[in-house]
Amino acid sequence: MSYHTEPLIACRECDLLLREILVSPNGAACCRCCGAPLYRNTPNSLNRTLVLSLTAITLFIIANVYPILGIEIQGTRNVTNLYGAVRFLWNQEMRIISCLVCVTTILVPAIELTMMIYLLLPIRLRRIPPGIALILRILQKIKPWGMIEVFMLGVLVSLVKLTDLSTVIPGVALWALGGLTLLFSAIAASFNPRDVWAHLDRTSSDKVTT
Amino acid sequence: MRQVELTAAGLGLCSCHVCGLVLRSDKAYNPAHCPRCHTRVHSRKPNSVSHCSALLIAAYILYIPANLLPIMETSSLFSYREDTIMSGVLHLWETGFWGIAAIVFVASIIVPLFKLLALTLLLVSVQRRSTWWPMQRTRLYRLMELVGRWSMLDIYVVTLLAALVQIRSLATVKAGAGAIAFGAVVVLTMMSAMNFDPRLIWDPLRKEYKL
Repeated sequence: MSYHTEPLIACRECDLLLREILVSPNGAACCRCCGAPLYRNTPNSLNRTLVLSLTAITLFIIANVYPILGIEIQGTRNVTNLYGAVRFLWNQEMRIISCLVCVTTILVPAIELTMMIYLLLPIRLRRIPPGIALILRILQKIKPWGMIEVFMLGVLVSLVKLTDLSTVIPGVALWALGGLTLLFSAIAASFNPRDVWAHLDRTSSDKVTT
Repeated sequence: MRQVELTAAGLGLCSCHVCGLVLRSDKAYNPAHCPRCHTRVHSRKPNSVSHCSALLIAAYILYIPANLLPIMETSSLFSYREDTIMSGVLHLWETGFWGIAAIVFVASIIVPLFKLLALTLLLVSVQRRSTWWPMQRTRLYRLMELVGRWSMLDIYVVTLLAALVQIRSLATVKAGAGAIAFGAVVVLTMMSAMNFDPRLIWDPLRKEYKL
């Protein structure tokens, strides 16, 4: 195999070849030519991400089980949760939109969180879960399609629009979604795939030597 | 002394886009897969410009029905109205929700238009091997990646309103055909942006340094 032992990195955005340098904790390295972020040094990145993911999955379950919003017009009540909204659109023959909403707000975040835990929990217990490479590849591919934060803004816009028409009852899931928005950005900020690769490199070289 | 900018491609190397490992990739040794993560490696995203343009053209075509067809049909006891994206924003503005009107205006009108124009600019300049303002064009690409997803806002609003406002005799909201076209524009521009390779912006500048 032709690994280059000297730590070289190529900028993802301008292909400049750079030599890896040590970065102070919580610091980040940027490309000298185009300023693209290259890598970060997040202390304790994997443990932190694991904790955040576990919290996020709890909130995610709450956000899916409980109603997000309810309205009341002249004594008639109507509440909906995430899945309810998706199913309703499906029945209304708006299948494409229904799928789009389902994928971006339910499936992708669910897959992202489960994979994150599947990846990080064994690493925490000093084991290597099978299929690490595949998981990291999928995580990278699906990341742009998880849109919980956009959905959260959508909920707020709908809430304001509905106050015109009726009494709005914010549901438990609304708060859970608010928390999830923060947690997803915290996960994105703390997760450092380079640490996983480094971990993988270390353990595989251990195996070779022993 | 001017510093010689060495690029991975210029030295016959390429980096894995998943794990970042730098590999040799010259004619003699051309790995199809990264030894660490088994991803297919390539120096530049394959067929970046043609995939990106194809998706962009599709997005342009769908942008027309997305703006002309109604995305939401509201019927109540006394009235029936069909809202396109723009008329929805205007309606919000007229009813006094200025803040929300501004948010929706930015997310559903400014952002998609900005994405379409920015991608066109990037593609044309890359195709012409332009050396014009590479830094600004890279920033434009980053901004586009960052804001693109926020256009989904209107789709979510329509979904929630349609699911909630179903008080049979009093008021109902239905998603309109425009929502499908609009959703498709958002997805297509996102896919187009993903297929764009920002390294192509810098390639023409570095030809002279090639070893």
